[in-house]
Amino acid sequence: MVAGWFTGEGEGFRLLGTRCAACASVFFPREDAFCRNPACPGGELREVALSRRGRVWSYTDGRYRAPSPYVSDPELPWEPYALIAVELAEERLVVLGQAVPGVTCADLAVGMEVEVVPGVLNEDAETAWTTWQWRPTGAGT
Amino acid sequence: MTGEVAVLGAGMHPWGKWGRSFVEYGTVAARAALADAGLDWRDVGSIVGADTVRGGYPGYVAGATFAKALGWQGARVTSVYAACASGAQAVGTARAQILAGLADVVLVVGADSAPKGFFRPAGGDRADDPDWLRFRVLGATNPTYFGLYARRRMAVHGDTREDFARVKVKNSAMGALNPHARYRKRVTAEEVAASAVVADPLRLLDICATSDGGAALVLSSMEFARRHGVAEPVRIRAVSTVTPRYPNTVLDLPDIATDSAVAVAPPDETFRASIARAAYEEAGVGPEDLSLAEVYDLSTALELQWYEDLGLCGEGEAAKLLRDGATAPGGRIPVNSSGGLASFGEAVPAQAIAQVCELVRQLRGEAGERQVAGARVALSANQGLFGHGSAVIAVR
Repeated sequence: MVAGWFTGEGEGFRLLGTRCAACASVFFPREDAFCRNPACPGGELREVALSRRGRVWSYTDGRYRAPSPYVSDPELPWEPYALIAVELAEERLVVLGQAVPGVTCADLAVGMEVEVVPGVLNEDAETAWTTWQWRPTGAGT
Repeated sequence: MTGEVAVLGAGMHPWGKWGRSFVEYGTVAARAALADAGLDWRDVGSIVGADTVRGGYPGYVAGATFAKALGWQGARVTSVYAACASGAQAVGTARAQILAGLADVVLVVGADSAPKGFFRPAGGDRADDPDWLRFRVLGATNPTYFGLYARRRMAVHGDTREDFARVKVKNSAMGALNPHARYRKRVTAEEVAASAVVADPLRLLDICATSDGGAALVLSSMEFARRHGVAEPVRIRAVSTVTPRYPNTVLDLPDIATDSAVAVAPPDETFRASIARAAYEEAGVGPEDLSLAEVYDLSTALELQWYEDLGLCGEGEAAKLLRDGATAPGGRIPVNSSGGLASFGEAVPAQAIAQVCELVRQLRGEAGERQVAGARVALSANQGLFGHGSAVIAVR
């Protein structure tokens, strides 16, 4: 679905972006065509693994069923999940992602440390679509 | 000022869920604006339609669709799409045509038939579309972004859910006085608190609904207005339609991530603040000159953000400005005297035009019970998807 956005398993799981060889700007989701820095003459865009950990910029959830193209089973009750926007200090950007199952807004605070882990977005009989999720590390603000 | 254009007419179709075609809403609004201007449709030299992406093919070619409905008469035609800023870009296009001498009188129309529930992207698997991706990969609806902004304000500025509810209470009181608003009932803080959470910390009554509606303006050159016998029309003095500057470091609809600030320091002001500043510079006025403002209150919390982005108060001071009553009727700078999106809901291509309709009513002194006394300078501001944002400044 979104080829090349992440790689690895377990502790080795990482989000993948690209970095401009000329100006060092980092892009996520990956930018493979042109560097978007208007001051940059343009350089080769090389794949780069993003920081595993970051801090919560903000968070929320969705109490009503998200519409298509989000995939959910209309036969089952909607189960809200938290969404976390995470600030990556090294890359100086914010990445939005789902929280791991079981983590609710009540468990979160702005500034809290989280780490990226693999998760399942949805699955059918043949395929499980994997994604990235954010999980609190237990470190405070 | 040489850069000004006259507003000769303003008209709307009431907001609601009427279940009819956007063409009908736009045509009703257009006829109302022409009647308000005292002009015949055949006097119009150019029509600019603000596009909707719903309603099928005709929605993408709104200018000609409205022209056909009004009766083909050979006018110059333009259609513009800029998400929530479509209406303001239509106004900007009309103004540019007038100032360039391409047309004396331009009709601007925006209308929409909104879907039920959340806005969602068009069908098909489109992994190259950021709007499609945020739904498919994250299930991130528009209200989830509003929730992120609201929670961030709570953490950084100490805003409370009660502050957010106060915005709804204020705007619903104004909407109750507006015959074109969809919701015409005053809402209490208790009712906001009792409504269901949509995207924590925001509740149903913190978030604007989707609605049907239409709005239209008749703009002309100052010379035409004089010849038409309107010596002192409401004038549009600025239309800013700026893009963000790299790196845009505030997570923005519909993006999954921000730009990186690793190579270039972030600009001193946010995108929303730059929208207002560009309009102030063009008009030669500042926030202290405003009599009133119409802002895109997609959520109650977002209205507070606009106070700061428009320079009505310092960063983090919006909740205090609200609590002090400065943005309420009779206050120093009433905001959303129309009732705002809280009372109208979103009819995407119409809403930015409807904002200008309210500025016009207020500046003419025709707003009835909503009237802001002695209104002289008014600003409207909105923000659409994909780096679109606009502000309009009108003066009397």
